[in-house]
Parts: sequence; structure tokens; C-alpha cells
Amino acid sequence: METKNIMIVGVGGQGTLLTSRILGTLMTEAGYDVKLSEVHGMAQRGGSVVTFVRYGDKVYEPIVEEGQADVLIAFEKLEALRYIHYLKEGGAIVINDQQIAPMPVVIGAAKYPKNILEEISNNHRVYKVDALEEAKKLGNSKVFNVIVLGVAAQHMEFSKEEWLSVIEKTVPAKTVDINKKAFELGYSLI
Amino acid sequence: MTGKILMLGNEAFARGAYEAGCKVSAAYPGTPSTEISESIVKYTEIYSEWSPNEKVALEVAIGASIVGVRALASMKHVGLNVAADPLFTASYIGVNGGLVIIVADDPGLYSSQNEQDTRAVARAAKIPVLEPSDSSEAKEFVKFAYELSEKYDTPVIIRSTTRLSHSQGLVELNDRLDIEDKPYERNVSKNVMMPGNAKGRHIVVENRELALIKDSCEFPINTIEYNDKKIGVITSGIPYQYVKEALPEASVLKLGIVNPLPRGLIEEFASKVDTLYVIEELDPIIEEQVKSWGIKVIGKEIFTVQGEYSANMLRRAIKGEDIAVHAAEGVPNRPPILCPGCPHRSVYTVLKKLKLRAAGDIGCYTLGAVAPLSVVDTTICMGASISSLHGMEKAKGKEYIKDWVAVIGDSTFLHTGVNSLINMVYNKSTGTVLILDNSTTGMTGHQDHAATGKTLMGEETRSVDLEKLCKAIGVPNVYVINAFDTKKLEKTIKEAMALDEIAVIIAQAPCVLLKKSPITNRYFIDQAKCKKCGLCMKPGCPAITKKENGDIVINETICNGCGLCVDLCKFDAIKKTE
Repeated sequence: METKNIMIVGVGGQGTLLTSRILGTLMTEAGYDVKLSEVHGMAQRGGSVVTFVRYGDKVYEPIVEEGQADVLIAFEKLEALRYIHYLKEGGAIVINDQQIAPMPVVIGAAKYPKNILEEISNNHRVYKVDALEEAKKLGNSKVFNVIVLGVAAQHMEFSKEEWLSVIEKTVPAKTVDINKKAFELGYSLI
Repeated sequence: MTGKILMLGNEAFARGAYEAGCKVSAAYPGTPSTEISESIVKYTEIYSEWSPNEKVALEVAIGASIVGVRALASMKHVGLNVAADPLFTASYIGVNGGLVIIVADDPGLYSSQNEQDTRAVARAAKIPVLEPSDSSEAKEFVKFAYELSEKYDTPVIIRSTTRLSHSQGLVELNDRLDIEDKPYERNVSKNVMMPGNAKGRHIVVENRELALIKDSCEFPINTIEYNDKKIGVITSGIPYQYVKEALPEASVLKLGIVNPLPRGLIEEFASKVDTLYVIEELDPIIEEQVKSWGIKVIGKEIFTVQGEYSANMLRRAIKGEDIAVHAAEGVPNRPPILCPGCPHRSVYTVLKKLKLRAAGDIGCYTLGAVAPLSVVDTTICMGASISSLHGMEKAKGKEYIKDWVAVIGDSTFLHTGVNSLINMVYNKSTGTVLILDNSTTGMTGHQDHAATGKTLMGEETRSVDLEKLCKAIGVPNVYVINAFDTKKLEKTIKEAMALDEIAVIIAQAPCVLLKKSPITNRYFIDQAKCKKCGLCMKPGCPAITKKENGDIVINETICNGCGLCVDLCKFDAIKKTE
């Protein structure tokens, strides 16, 4: 199989590492060669973070190149815009409809762009979800990222059962039920 | 693929040390190397520790090696500078038990103050360097490094980079080797490096280099893949992966050892290809040596010495491919920031109010350099805040530094700051030093240190009392203050600055991301009372934002309830949530 490329982008602290751990485990169990690339350290302190996930018969580089992502999972709108040029023509972007102002915007040195959704929809399939709101309905705002993952799962070839089984093994024991619920919710949303 | 598991490069390094029978590991945290020690601690067969700095860590490992056990020191590239003193002489002494040093470079500067190339340091120290290209090799190369270390009587450096250390790949696990301790025998000419002995050892080192240049041509960690011979590439480490993506048709010599270079192997490969490229991130270490042998190669004429490479970069540089990339325009940057509830923000807010400048240091608090805080004026290396403040005073006199302070974290202070403070006391400085004591090594992800009372292996231990330490080295004025008590902090800083002698202010509050952080409540803004003056926004807390209608609001999902904004508000508009 030709190597597939997935990217997860967001703001440091939004849980991109947990999401990529779920993806990595899923693909390893499916028998693929897998590579992931993460951001640790200073950039995690509220900065822009990107995680690359690649799987296929044989994966060389651990990063996704511009214009080559099959699926872009964005936990925040501005970060979706920042990385949209990584997405292939016709690729799928799953976007959490949340706005987190970066410091230049907070202090008035820059403006948070308007019409992000319109701008990213050119040549791409866009799936928007207000995951934070959905997560609050489930009673735990932290699981918004797994809801987003559930939406994205519909654009990958793994079955719902495979996803749920990996989530069960990957997330902390106390949070298995709520994470599975969050995934199922996302999976049924769009 | 069954039996293989995903591992970070750093986890794989740790696994390699475990499988190789390593018994002692020492390190100081530093991105991107930190997870090596954090993974090693899971193997209870290995004694592992956080040392106060990299020099100490390497010396711990050298001691373990001298008495005959396999030992590891790990650090980031700039940490190797701190450890350079023992490193250069360990090269002469060689080893008894194998000695491996894993050093992680940071091309692209994800979390560092410079972009130096460890291979250059290793060359100067005449120490062999291995460079793996994925997690699986990371593990295997550590095992090979121990064999090499003992066979050639030398420390061995394994060079990683951020991309290798922080990428995950599949690794097959093996059992731990049963390595017997080597007997220790007194050997003064080898282990006591005074001039007469070192002269003799220098000869040994040079002969070792010659032997390695020859023998390394046969090392299994170097591989040649002959394809189309029009293009040949010499590469190593992570760039190998980019080469395989961008130039699948090329012939490739992938070097597992990058110092010293296997000259015969390179000459043979060069003779068989038409156009030869050297593809290496950062400095032209391989390229310049190969060129010096009269071999024609293309390297930094078309590749950069800065940042990370990528397959697209190689496609553009070598094939001239026009890869169109249309990044969105006008996307505001999202630089890292101090967290909501960070105690450093409180200290910086007071320093800013007092119009003071700070000689800064290495840690999260370096972020005090950026707007809106803009308090930190300088950042050089670990410990330099204190010593550079001293230098400023000696250059321009004590009146000149009346609007300067030094700021340094607790872990950084114990790393190398304490030497600088001794110097200030000894050489009669009058400056004020703030130790931002958040009870952890924060930026690297919360590691314990000598003042936290816990070891890397999770044991309770004695802890350094920073206040008593400062007093013991002769600081006459030492204040200990809650970092969130802005009024007292302001008063104390003014008092300390007015003194005609050195003062240390220890501003304490645990990092807000630590579980021991006492925060239980959060705040909201009562819009009826808010005058929209924006005073609460001055410290740049990411939890406080202004809506388009001008209302200032607190994002309750990220507010950590430190109360700094409450102190700033003159209209009692900020209140606790239920």
C-alpha cells in the first residue's frame, strides 16, 4: 500500500499526543509500518503544535511534506489555516470549530483571521464539528479531541470496532468509558 | 509486524541501553534528550539519576565505567559543552566497562539557544560517533556502541537529533544481555591524566583513530544500496529517510559511523557513481573531509547549514522540481507562552511595574523576553544570568545596574548558577538575583532536581535548601517570598535594589502544571463592574481575552486561578467562580 499521511495540528496542551498515540497503535496492530513525529519541549507551552502520522508497507521519513496529507485533523481553526497547504488536493480536513487567540492577537499586534472555513474549503473536503460543545454535553470537555478523531475516523479504512478496541488499550483506565463514548459520538456526527 | 512496538527514538535509546546490560545512567534534562532518562527509569536493573548538570552526569558515568560496568550519560547538544571538560580527557583514559554518551542535537531550534553540531565537538575530542536513522536503529546502535567502546577502549557518542528523538517507529524487543562486570585494576598510566601519562595516552588515541578509520569500513552499521549509479549520495541519520523519499533511484552510502569516517568505503563508493552528493543536516562535517581527500562532491553549495531538511527540500535542490506550496497568508504566529497561572508571570509583572530589566537564563521564564512582558533583556546559557549581571556591574559600576536584576530558575540555579553566585559574593557584587523557584525543572516536562526531595527513581531524598545554600556561600541578604504575593514582592525588590550589597530573592510557587499546585478555584469577570481598562490583560495571561464588543472575559476552561488579575483590578470586577 502506498504510504498514507495524517496530520494533527492544534495548540500545545490540546492533546495531540494522545490522539497520535491512538492512531499509531491502531496502525501498528493493523500490520502496517508506522512512523510518527511529535513536538515536545518549549513549543508545547501554548504554542502551535503539529504531529505527523504515516503508515503503509514501508515508511521512510517521519514527517509529512507540504501537499501530501490525506487527512488533516485540526483542533483549532487558526492552526487549520496555518497548515492547510500540507493537505492534498481533494484531501479531507476535520476541523474543530474553536478559536484560541494567540498572544499577538491578545495584545492587539495581529488580528485573528475571519472566514477561515471559507478559505480552507478550496479543493478540500471540510468536516466541521463543534467538539468542545459536544464534549460538554457528554460531561467532560477534555474529550473533545477524541470526538474530533471520531469524525476523522470515517475517512480512514479501519472499522469502528478496531478504533474502539485501540482506544480501550491506549487511554488511562479511568477514562476508557468516556473516551469510547466520545469516539462513538464523533463517528456518528457527520 | 507482530512483536514490534512503537517507540520514540529516545525510548529506543533507553531500551538499547537496557538490552546492552547498562547498569548506570546519569543525565540532566534537556529537550530533545530528556525522555531517554525518563524511559530508562522504567528498567529497574539500571541505576539512573538526574545529576545537577551534564558535567557531573558524564563524570558519574565515567566513574562507573572505570570500575567495570557499562554506563550511559545523555544530554542535549549544549549540555555536551558543559560536559566538554571530562569528555576530552575521557577520550584519553578510554574505558573499562563500556561508556556511551547520547547527545541530541536540535536542527531547526525547536527548544534550544543554538544550532551547534555535536559531530564537530566529537571530532575535536577524537571520540567515535554513531548516527542512527530511526527508532529501530537507535536501539541497535546503542548495543553496537557498547561493543565498540570496549573493543577500542574509547567512549562512544551516539548523535541524535530532535526529529529522531521525538519520532516514533517500530522496534523489535530483545532480551537484556548478561554482561559481567569487568575487574578493576589500578592503572595509573591510563587513569591518572597528568602530563607524562597523557602524553602516552595521546599516542594511544591517535592509533585508535587510525584503527577505526580502517576497521569501520567493515562495520555492519554502514550500508550501501546500489541503484542507478548516475547519482550517488553519502548520508546518515534522519537525512537518509529524506533521501529515500526524494531520490528512490539513487545509490546510497548510509554511514552508521560518522566519526572517524570509513575512508576506504567512501572512496570505493565515490569511484562507482557519476555525481556524488553529501546530504547532512547542519555543518559540512562529512563533506569537508571527503573533499579534502580530493573527491568531488556536491554539498553545502546547494544545501543549507541551517534547520531541518525534508524530502521536498532535496527534490527542489537536486532535481530542480518546482513544488508549488501555497501557504495561507496573514496567519498570526502562535509562539509558546507562559501558562495561565504561571508564577513567573507574577514576578515579571512586578519587575515590569518597577521598570527593571532582567539578565535572563534558560527555562520557561526565558519567555519573559517577549511582549507583553518584555522584561528579559538577555539569555545566553545555563547560569549566565547571574555571571553576566556581575560582568555588567564590573564594566559600568554599581549605579548602572540599579535597573537590572538576574532571573534564574531553581533547577538552572543548581545546574551552574550557584558558581556564578559564589563569584558575585567573592568579587563584591551589589546586584540582585531572583531565583524563580517553582519546585521543578519546568520547561523539559517536570523533572526532579537536588532541591525537590525526590530522585529520578522516585525515592525520597535530602533536598538542598536554597535559602541556606545562598546564606552559606555568603550572601548577606536572602529573602524568601510567595511568588504570587505581588505587593510583598514589589516591596522586597525595592528594598534589595536599594542595598549596597548583593541580595537574593527566592520567589516560590510550584509550577501550575504540577499536581502539587494548590490551585482549586477559577475566576470570572463581572461585566457590570468591569470598566474595560485592560489592566488585567497587561501580564499577557492567555486565559484573558477581549471580545469584539470590547468585553474582557476569562476563559474558565484554561484559567488556573492564580489570582494575579484579581490583584491588578482596581474595580473588584474579578470574582471567584463557584
